[in-house]
Amino acid sequence: MKCLLQSVLLACVAMTGTSTFAAEPQPNDVQVLREELNELRNEYETRIADLERRLNVAEQSAREANNAAELAQNEAREAKEEAASSALSAPASRASGVSVAPDNSFNPAIGVIFQGQAWAYGEDPESYAVPGFPLGGEAGPVPEGFSLAETELNISANVDDKFTAWLTLPVVYEDGEAAVEIEEAWVETLALPAGLSLRLGRSYSNIGYLNNQHSHSWDFTDQPLPYQAFLGGQYLDDGLQLRWLAPTPVYLELSGELVRGDRYPAGGAVNSGVGAYTLSARSGGDVGISHSWLAGFSWLHAEAEGRESGDEDDPLGFDGETDLYIASFVWKWAPYGNWRERNFKLQAEYLWRDEDGDYALPDGFAAPWRVSQRGWYVQAVFQPFPQWRFGARIDQLETDLPSAHWVDTPLFPGSGDPKRYSMMVDWSNSEFSRLRFQYNRDESAAYDDDQFGLQYIHSIGAHGAHTF
Amino acid sequence: MIRASFMTFVLGAGIMLCGPVHAALSVFTCEPEWASLAEELGGKKVSARSATHGRQDPHYIQARPSLIASVRRADLVICTGAQLEIGWLPALLGKANNPDVLPGKDGMFEASSFVRKLEVPDRVDRSQGDVHVQGNPHIQMDPRNIRTVAVRLAERLSRVDPENADFYADRLQTFLARWDESVAGWEERAKALDGKRVVAHHKSFPYLEAWLGLNEVATLEPLPGIPPTSSHLAELLEMLGTDGSGADLIIHEAYQNPRPSEWLSGKTGIPAVLLPTTVGGSDEATDLFSLFDDMIDRLLRAVQ
Repeated sequence: MKCLLQSVLLACVAMTGTSTFAAEPQPNDVQVLREELNELRNEYETRIADLERRLNVAEQSAREANNAAELAQNEAREAKEEAASSALSAPASRASGVSVAPDNSFNPAIGVIFQGQAWAYGEDPESYAVPGFPLGGEAGPVPEGFSLAETELNISANVDDKFTAWLTLPVVYEDGEAAVEIEEAWVETLALPAGLSLRLGRSYSNIGYLNNQHSHSWDFTDQPLPYQAFLGGQYLDDGLQLRWLAPTPVYLELSGELVRGDRYPAGGAVNSGVGAYTLSARSGGDVGISHSWLAGFSWLHAEAEGRESGDEDDPLGFDGETDLYIASFVWKWAPYGNWRERNFKLQAEYLWRDEDGDYALPDGFAAPWRVSQRGWYVQAVFQPFPQWRFGARIDQLETDLPSAHWVDTPLFPGSGDPKRYSMMVDWSNSEFSRLRFQYNRDESAAYDDDQFGLQYIHSIGAHGAHTF
Repeated sequence: MIRASFMTFVLGAGIMLCGPVHAALSVFTCEPEWASLAEELGGKKVSARSATHGRQDPHYIQARPSLIASVRRADLVICTGAQLEIGWLPALLGKANNPDVLPGKDGMFEASSFVRKLEVPDRVDRSQGDVHVQGNPHIQMDPRNIRTVAVRLAERLSRVDPENADFYADRLQTFLARWDESVAGWEERAKALDGKRVVAHHKSFPYLEAWLGLNEVATLEPLPGIPPTSSHLAELLEMLGTDGSGADLIIHEAYQNPRPSEWLSGKTGIPAVLLPTTVGGSDEATDLFSLFDDMIDRLLRAVQ
C-alpha cells in the first residue's frame, strides 16, 4: 500500500519532470531548470514524507482498530463460551489441556456418577416382601454385600436456540450381566412464551418431591416405603410434560403429563399407549433470609393391564385403574442462606392411592380388588458444620383390609403397619464426593431386621445444578 | 351474556397478569454489586433484586422457589459468570421458563466476560480444588473492573430498554465521573498498603490484590472450595511463625466462618480483617462507593 502510493507519487514526479523537460528544453535554462527541479524534488519529498507520516498514522489506527476488533472477537468468543458453559447444565470438565478449545464448548456436557455400596442384613433381602403391598418396578432392598449401584452417564446440551436435550444412561449390573438402560432421554423447549415449557421423551414424572430426583441426590441410600410401594421406587415413563410457571411474585408452577403407561404403577400401555396422566401444582417461597419452603400436590391416574408385582418369578397381575395423590412439603433452613456452612432440611410426603380392578395370583386365581392404601415419610437432615450431615427418617405404610379371599396371599397385610426407622451420616469432601453410613431398623416385612449400609457417590465431569 | 362476562374476566385476568405496561425494567442480579450498579445506571427506571446478599457465599446457594419466580419475570439478568453461579443459576434458568434471559440473549448479562480475568488455570483438574476454567470470578474487587462493566451494562440497558437509552447514557456519564474521582481517592489513600503480605481465606481477593499491590502469600483453604483443615492451619502457623513475621494481614469474606482466621490471628498476632466483598458485606458498605471506602478503611486500620 505504502509502496503503491510512493510509486504513484514518483510516477507523478517523473511525469511532471518529463513534461517540464519537454516544454522548455533550452540549454541556457538548464541551471534554472535544475534549480526548479530540485525545488520540485524537495517539495515532493516533503510531501512524500508527509504522506508517509500520515500513512503510518493511518496504519497505526488500522492496527489499533484490528486489535480492538480482535479483542471484541475474543470477548464475543468468551461470552459465547460462557453462555455455552452456563447453559442448562454444568460444563464438562474439559480435558486438562492448556486452554479451552473453542470447538469443545459446543460439545455436550458429559458427566459420570459413580455409586456403590455394601450392605449387611440380618435376614436374607432376597426374600424381602411387604405383606399387603406387592412391590413393582425397581422397588426393593439394596443387594446384600458389596455391589455397584447405577453408574450414571449424563449427557446434555442445547440442541439449538429452541430446544435443549438431556440423556441419562445408567449402566447397571443385574443377574451377572451389565446392561445400559435409558433412564431419561428428553428434549425440552427453550423458547415457548408465557412461562410455558414442553418436554418430550422419557423423563421422571414431575409428581411429588422426591420422584424426579436422581438417586445420587437422595439423602438416604434407598427410597422411602411409600415411594417403593406406590411408585416402584420412582415413576418414569415416555410421553410429554407441559409446565407453566405463573408470572406471580410467589412461585407457582402447574404441570401436567401424558405418558405411555408402561411402567409401575401403570402397566401394559393401555389406551393405545396413552395409559397414564398426571397433574401437579407446587408453590414455594422464603421466610426471612434463612428459611425457605416448597409445597406441592400431585395426582397420578394410571391404567394397568397385566401389571406385574411381587415375586419376580411368580408375579401377581393387576388389571384396573390406580389413582395416586401426593402431598409434599419441604422446609430448608440455612443461617443467612449460607447453605454450605450449616443447614437443616425437613421433608415430608403423604401418599395415598385408590385401586380399582382385578388382581390375579400366579396360580390363576383372580378376584376384584378395590382397596385404598396410604403411606408417608418424614425425614430431617442436619448439617451442623461443613462436610458432615446427619439424618433421620421414619416411613410407614397403611392399608384397608382387602376382602377375605386375599387372606394368606401377598396382598393381605400383616399384623402391624409396615414401617422403618433410618439414620444416616455422610461426609462430603467436596460437592463431587460423598461417603455415607446408613442404619435401618426395618419393620416392614414379615420379620424385623437391623440393616447397615455403606455407600459412596462420586461424580466427575459436568454436574447439573441441583434443584431446590 | 355469560360469554361476555367470561371474556371480561379472561381479559381482566390477562391484564392483571401482564401488569402495568410502563413498569420499571425488572432486573434480577446474581450478586448485590450488580444490583447496585444497575441502580446507579438505571435509577428509578429499573427495579433490581439480587439473588444473594452481602453476607452470603455466591458459590453455594439453593435454587430457591422465590428466585425461580423472580427470574421468570425478569427483563434482564446480571450475573458475574465465569462459573461463579454454576451450582444454582442453571437450575434457576432451567425452571424459570423465561426465554429472554437465557445465555446468549440480550437479557443475560455476564459481567466477567467484559474484563480480563486473573488466575486462568493452565490445567483444569478437580484435584486442584474448585478451580474455575475461565479464571477467578471475583472481578468486582477491582474498581477498574466495575468501570468497564458499567460501560457495558449501560449499553445493555439501552438495548433491552431502548426507550430510555438517553437516560442510561446520561446516568453512565455521571456515574463514571464520580467513580473515577473516587478511584483516584482510594488509590491515594491505599498507598500505605502497597506490598503488604496477606493470607486470604478463599481466593476471593486477587483482583483487589492486583489493584492495591498486595501480595497474597497463602490461603486458609487448602484448595479452592475445600474448607480449612486443622492440618493445613498448622502448616500455615509454621510458615507464618508465632511472631507473625510471615504476613501482615489475614483477610476473610463476610460469609466465611471467621474462626479459622481468628485462630490463626490469635496464634501469630497478625491482624485478621473481615473485608466486605460486595454491597451489604458490612454495615458500612451500602452501595458501590461505600463498599470500597469501607474496604480501604478496614485494611488501613489493620496495618496501622
